Amino acid sequence: MTPAADTAAVSCRDVQKHFGEGETRVQALRGVEFVARFGELSFLVGPSGCGKTTLISVIAGLLDRTGGELSVLGVEIDGLTPGERVLFRRKNVGFLFQQYNLLPAFTAAENVAVPLLIGGILRKEALERARSLLARLGLSQRTEALPSQLSGGQQQRVALARALVHEPRLVICDEPTAALDHASGEAVMDLLAGNAVHPDRAVIVVTHDTRVFHYAQSIAHMDDGRIAKVTRGQLTEARA
Amino acid sequence: MNFVALRMLTGDRSKYFGLVFAIAFCTFLLENQTSIFANIMRRTASQILDVTDAEVWVMDPKTEYWDQTKALKDTDLTRVRGVPGVAWAVRLFKGNPVAKTLNGKFAVSLLIGLDDATLSGAPRKMLRGSWQQLREPDSVVLDQAGYVLLFPGEPLELGRTLEMNDHRVTVVGISDASAPFLSVPVMHTRYSEAVNFLGRERTQLSFIIARPLPGTTPDELAARIAGATALRARTTQQFIWDCIRYYLKNTGIPVNFGITILVALVVGTVVAGQTFYLFTVENLKQFGTLKAMGVTNPRLVGMILLQAASVAALGFALGTGMAATFFEITLRNLATRGIVLMWQCAALTGACILFVAVVASVLSIRRVLVLEPAEVFR
Repeated sequence: MTPAADTAAVSCRDVQKHFGEGETRVQALRGVEFVARFGELSFLVGPSGCGKTTLISVIAGLLDRTGGELSVLGVEIDGLTPGERVLFRRKNVGFLFQQYNLLPAFTAAENVAVPLLIGGILRKEALERARSLLARLGLSQRTEALPSQLSGGQQQRVALARALVHEPRLVICDEPTAALDHASGEAVMDLLAGNAVHPDRAVIVVTHDTRVFHYAQSIAHMDDGRIAKVTRGQLTEARA
Repeated sequence: MNFVALRMLTGDRSKYFGLVFAIAFCTFLLENQTSIFANIMRRTASQILDVTDAEVWVMDPKTEYWDQTKALKDTDLTRVRGVPGVAWAVRLFKGNPVAKTLNGKFAVSLLIGLDDATLSGAPRKMLRGSWQQLREPDSVVLDQAGYVLLFPGEPLELGRTLEMNDHRVTVVGISDASAPFLSVPVMHTRYSEAVNFLGRERTQLSFIIARPLPGTTPDELAARIAGATALRARTTQQFIWDCIRYYLKNTGIPVNFGITILVALVVGTVVAGQTFYLFTVENLKQFGTLKAMGVTNPRLVGMILLQAASVAALGFALGTGMAATFFEITLRNLATRGIVLMWQCAALTGACILFVAVVASVLSIRRVLVLEPAEVFR
């Protein structure tokens, strides 16, 4: 393990988040203590409604927390202006969604190139890098296919390439295997573990798919807005 | 990101073409109806526009527009000529005799009698013959549309005979006169002949047309004539607008066209605006994904504006092309000659389309700006 892997990429201390006020107030996060380390696949698991999605939204800077401390990649997110937060996210965060969220009118390569285009990279160069990454993920023959022409597993691979193409230091995955069959889910997790995990990168995976827990190096079990327990995964144990 | 915006727009072909054609048809309807309306209004003053010699028109104070005149006294011509600043002033007769052909075809016509000496006000656009031949006795210049109406299916030939008020007249020229408000034949002849073709009345002088001396403007001359003679004196432009205003005020034309134009505007606005708004709403998830990935709000606003501008520009261009094609075709028809796509109507329509695009964009932008990027996880 590299020195970077020992340090926390994401550190949550007593993080609170509520929605609404008065009688409609819902406390989604009730003092979350959570750490995601560089070089690791950190799983966030728990039943529906326990606050997993809210927590990753707060970590990604998509939602403001209402209490506690949060450090992401060494940066106090609260100290950033809204504009700086957007730029921080653009540069440092990659997303993998349950429903892929690919742009339907774009080819696979164009979808992958979007984060680079957002970052100001010229289209030609962005597409070249996108095609190269898709080839690494086994989709060299499908770079010009539209999402509707791809299987669920292929779409998730395109989405994975899009999450990684701009080399973010934090990758956030929301139920990446939930819409896939077991074989496709395994394939996506293999690619995620093989390509996303990097000494300078942390990967947080929200899931309740127990079939893929063995990929995790740490598993944070959430319940009712809190981290109930943290276990070290099989990969960590195997390495140990 | 312009590439992303345009690909999002054109990606769903059915929605994209729906948007473009909604704006195109809105443009076509607006340009078509406003142009026809404006050209019909201009037709009320066609014969005034055709008399290119005149800069000031003098008439009885009760005469409000071209088609209905109260005759002046013959002595009024002398009084007008006596006003300082008048370079020349001559008589102009306007009447509506019935013209008959030898084979029994007939039509109420518009007869214009020109000053015998100068032939001022003669038609300048001639298709056959010459207006100078009006000096021959019992001669008329007939316009092409009138010729086709009176001699249907026959080639344009000079020397044909017409009968008006028991007078036989010969067609010595065929003109390309502007279409009058009512589709009647337009004939020109000399003043002394015209009064006989219609039947004698005590006074028959319809108008006096005049020009100012160098250094005097038509406005100044009109004011002087009105002041000195108590007659109504109008510059050509003023008289044209008098006619248009009369028809606007006293006929149902503006209401009928106004309703059509309003319907076109409302339907076009609602269809085009709502389609674009729904297009954005249906793409909210895509915008949310882009937002989550780090696209700033100003960039998203720019993308939506680019999409709206592209659709509006393409739809407007297509619609204008359709309207121009329509008028190009109808321009060849004698009944609709002179009705063209007016640039003012195109500009007005462009402004309306821009308004629609702006309103739809603002509503769409609002939805995207209030969109929580965290929605992408739901």
